[in-house]
Amino acid sequence: MKDFIEEVKRNKALFVMAAPAVILVLVMQYLPMTGLVLAFKNYRYDMGVFGSDWNGFANFSYLFSSGTGWLITRNTILYNLLNLITSQFLAVLIAIFITEMNGKIFKKLSQSIIFLPYFISWVIVGVFVYNIFNYETGLLNGMLASMGLDPVNMYDKPGAWPVIICVFNSWKWCGYNSVIYIAAITGVDAEIYEAASIDGATIFQRIRAITLPSIKPTIITMLLLQVGRILRGDFEMFYQIVGNNGQLYNATDVIDTYVFRSLLQNSNIGMTAAASFYQSTLCFIIIVVVNAVVKRIDEEYALF
Amino acid sequence: MQENATSTKIKMSSSTKLFYVICYVVIAIVTLVCLLPFIMLVSGSFSSEQAIRFQGYSLLPREFTTAAYALIFKTPMTVVRAYGVSIFITISGTALGLLFTTMTAYVIARKDFKYRNQLSFFFYFTTLFNGGMVCTYIFYIQYLHLKDNLLALILPSMFNVFYLLIMRTFVSAIPTALIESAKIDGAGEFRTFFSIILPLLKSGMATIGLFLALGYWNDWYNAMLYMNDEKKYPLQYMLYSLMQKTQAMSAIASQANIQMADMPSNSLKLAMAVVATGPIILVYPFVQKYFVKGVTVGSVKG
Repeated sequence: MKDFIEEVKRNKALFVMAAPAVILVLVMQYLPMTGLVLAFKNYRYDMGVFGSDWNGFANFSYLFSSGTGWLITRNTILYNLLNLITSQFLAVLIAIFITEMNGKIFKKLSQSIIFLPYFISWVIVGVFVYNIFNYETGLLNGMLASMGLDPVNMYDKPGAWPVIICVFNSWKWCGYNSVIYIAAITGVDAEIYEAASIDGATIFQRIRAITLPSIKPTIITMLLLQVGRILRGDFEMFYQIVGNNGQLYNATDVIDTYVFRSLLQNSNIGMTAAASFYQSTLCFIIIVVVNAVVKRIDEEYALF
Repeated sequence: MQENATSTKIKMSSSTKLFYVICYVVIAIVTLVCLLPFIMLVSGSFSSEQAIRFQGYSLLPREFTTAAYALIFKTPMTVVRAYGVSIFITISGTALGLLFTTMTAYVIARKDFKYRNQLSFFFYFTTLFNGGMVCTYIFYIQYLHLKDNLLALILPSMFNVFYLLIMRTFVSAIPTALIESAKIDGAGEFRTFFSIILPLLKSGMATIGLFLALGYWNDWYNAMLYMNDEKKYPLQYMLYSLMQKTQAMSAIASQANIQMADMPSNSLKLAMAVVATGPIILVYPFVQKYFVKGVTVGSVKG
């Protein structure tokens, strides 16, 4: 404590500079965390967060005994794995192809256009999805009709949505992710590539022996970052693509959309707080454990 | 080098040729897939309602008309106000967020600041653990009284740990000797920061400022949670409510004095989407390099 006061005296100005951000994060991020006690309470609006009665683990057992807890956990994990693998694979592929291309204008133009979807809001993506799949005027049914085929209603075909969500996730992120990989590839010393072609290496040998190993650390870091978020669904994406579509809940509901819907319907706040508590705590444990394991295997890759 | 390139061209085996063919074809397809929705959006917004209703969307406008845009600007109270809200939260949030981020990044980059590791961890922890949507919502509404308060659109996204780490990388590139010599010359901390450090952080500030501005401009989530009052809808949420609720559509119809049945509702939605995204697409070519820089710096962990 004495040290602290001394440091405050010595670096007063620095404390003042950091203060706005500290206060902001404290109020907007840390204080709401105290609300997680609701997971163990029977919340009543009139009694507030701290005045409501405790009810032990009732919220948790209700969440899981209804089957919802398992369903949304399964969906969240599976969607994250699917999206992680496809979007990273696509990003690596795009990055390798773009760096191998020779035409300067085409290279630049395609890179800019592929990066573009990152800049638009999920609302606009929702507009796209609606305009492609809606039954009456959608692009898909328009195309089917012009080929003389029967229209399809995607909104009553739950099985199609993992694919649709995966495609739009990749569409939105492949440019962003490939920028990262392109930077990693262009960071490789050009002399290594020159030496390889003088030695007669084919393009495939070059990619396998130089490009892939050089972006391996980046790939691992990206994977680790995402593994730490395996239980967090991308709310904005799911909500804008799927919306409040009851028929698709079983196939598309993730923890975050479930929590939001419960909040909207004002049903059982305690149970949704339990879902949030479970999600945040498990995420925290996963990332700490993964980081510890990674640190043991190779210190270089540890996140913190 | 030129010679080298020609000699490899001659030696190019058929499998290498195949590689290049696949490479160009794949990139061309991906590029088209990324571009086509935008083209569809723009041409749909210029198509007549009849054409959309009976023939669906297409790549080129059918029965070209600007009716949807005319309608948007005929009802300035709705769209122009939403524009105003978006511009207000973007400018104020970005300016404050940028100032706070830069100052904090400077503090945690200062090696003579004793608690810089603890301070970094204080911020970093929020990415590992958080209260989740419900607790945050209840806290903001019940204890901070942010319902229908524009601060609810500004404060939550003002500070982001990843931007802090990116900014720290930019600050770390400034030699410490500069700070020390300013001190010796008798400049106070604030003077050093504002007149020596800030001018050197121009590109870092442009990068983070643009990320912040993009986040504010595209935000609809906070508006959905905290805004009941339609007058306080930012552009993206205004568009969303137009997509979802017929009442938002009929509000526009009554303002423009036309029957609901005559509303070009499909093309209107697309025109709104164009109006909401237009500013981003227009500045995109000029600011893309800053985003590339930010993404690249951010991927190298701090």
